[in-house]
Amino acid sequence: MLELHNVRKIFNRGSINEKSVLNGIDLILEEGDYVTVIGGNGAGKSTTLNAIAGVWPIDDGAVIINGQNVTGLSEHKRAKYIGRVFQDPQLGSAPAMEIQENLALAARRGGSRGLRWGITKREREEYREKLRSFDLGLENRLSDKVGLLSGGQRQALTLLMATLKKPEILLLDEHTAALDPKTAAKVLELTDKIIAEHNLTTLMITHNMNDAIKHGNRLIMMNDGKIIFDVKGEEKSKLTVNDLLKKFEQASGTKLNNDRMLLAGAETQSD
Amino acid sequence: MEVLLNKITTFGNALPGDITQGLIWGILAIGVFITYKILDFADLTVDGSLGLGGVVAVVLITNGVPVPLAIFIAFLAGCCAGLATAIFNTVLGIPGILAGILTQLALYSIYLDINGKANAPISVDKYPLVISSRYVTAGNDIADIIRTVGVALAFVAVIIAVLYWFFGTEYGMSIRATGCNSAMSKAEGINTKATTIVTLVLSNGLVGLSGAILAQYQGFADVNMGRGAIVIGLAAVIIGMVLGEVIFKKHFNFVAKLAFTVMGAVIYFIVLRVVILIGLSTDNTKLFSALIVAVFLAVPYLRSQYAVSFVRAGKKSAEYLARSGAGKGDN
Repeated sequence: MLELHNVRKIFNRGSINEKSVLNGIDLILEEGDYVTVIGGNGAGKSTTLNAIAGVWPIDDGAVIINGQNVTGLSEHKRAKYIGRVFQDPQLGSAPAMEIQENLALAARRGGSRGLRWGITKREREEYREKLRSFDLGLENRLSDKVGLLSGGQRQALTLLMATLKKPEILLLDEHTAALDPKTAAKVLELTDKIIAEHNLTTLMITHNMNDAIKHGNRLIMMNDGKIIFDVKGEEKSKLTVNDLLKKFEQASGTKLNNDRMLLAGAETQSD
Repeated sequence: MEVLLNKITTFGNALPGDITQGLIWGILAIGVFITYKILDFADLTVDGSLGLGGVVAVVLITNGVPVPLAIFIAFLAGCCAGLATAIFNTVLGIPGILAGILTQLALYSIYLDINGKANAPISVDKYPLVISSRYVTAGNDIADIIRTVGVALAFVAVIIAVLYWFFGTEYGMSIRATGCNSAMSKAEGINTKATTIVTLVLSNGLVGLSGAILAQYQGFADVNMGRGAIVIGLAAVIIGMVLGEVIFKKHFNFVAKLAFTVMGAVIYFIVLRVVILIGLSTDNTKLFSALIVAVFLAVPYLRSQYAVSFVRAGKKSAEYLARSGAGKGDN
């Protein structure tokens, strides 16, 4: 479904700020794989997602989605294969536009945008039904501006937008990190539900090791622009936070440097 | 008392003309609204494309081209000006404001290339112009006055209707998304460079159209007719938005926004007339425009600053400490 072959990226090439952030990423996702991604600060997690989404061209290697080489496609052309939810709730939706307008925009991802009416009555009903199933009270606020919503509501909406037109691959970049714990849990539950419902191939970055273990069928750990640990199935579900910390030190030779991740890990250990 | 009465009479006589002029500039203001409010792009091309539209219309009409066709070609000329700015910005990576300034400067030469000199007169006696200020001054037949204002109003109404349709379409919606959140737009598969180009083309087309009508109305085009046009356009947009938000509050929808942008232009010209009658020299009208825009832009900022001010927080803390007696012997 998704293949990354030797993907490399260097930022600020030739300047004193030159930084090699992706050092040969190889990854193959099967259809329906739900992969959680963990790693220290600057490990290249978000950069990997951006490389897949085509935010900028990569320096080396290939990105293949569903058998098609998309390495040469710009971000908006690749968008038809990809659904995305960002860490910042502000990023995923247009605040000055209505909830239904945002959904209508997302529903046309990958399609042509012509001079037909931007949103039809039939669509409106469909959106109302989908929002009802989210249980956030948004189904009666279709013509409210998105800017009026809370962070959690915006992330849930963005999640719906990302999956309204079934993407070949869903990219979640710490999409619950900016939410309070209760809302984060709810959005994560919603995420699981949607992924299961549509059998979506997913990459989800999280700083919460417990979540990384609990969710999905596969886990990868990154360090220094490489994948250092890749585990799936039963082996993955048996992991503990301690296992992950140990694994990290083993594979990287250093201690994990992600404070948020360590804090989240410490919480679960004291349970 | 007599002086005041005189001035009121002058104001009344000038009112239909001021309204008509406001409506014509309102078309330009709609162009500014599209770039400034919808696309979030401060486009200074406007100062050049107004005169371009004016001179293209005048030169074509005086050379025997039918008036409606001349107006349409003036619209297209404005589109080309917008395209130039759009290419500077999206293809060549020049920042938006600078891209607009470059086109604006280049258009000064292009104007002179088209006309050969700074002023291009056109007489309503010789050509069947769609509109002329001749028919809205004092002493005119009321029917003539109504017809003149009506023509300007008809242009505005048709433009608002077309834009309401366009920005409700799939493509129009992707333009609004581009201006609102460009990162999200790309993620949703919108070619944001293309939407930027289309918007600038459309906006400057409207400004060119506005120039074509304005030149007919005032009986000439001039190379300097667009100087400061962006400021008048912005004034209209800002006055319209402030007023609209007060009146409509949450229900300030798209059509109302366009209508109030035009209303803003009309109000601008009426207020300008009032301050001229009070004694402002006509040489100082641009100073007045600049100040109006500065004030309207500054007020929301100053209000937000006042709401969260260190000076106030400091005063309040001192009051609190004095009242409660805390913070004295604590060290």
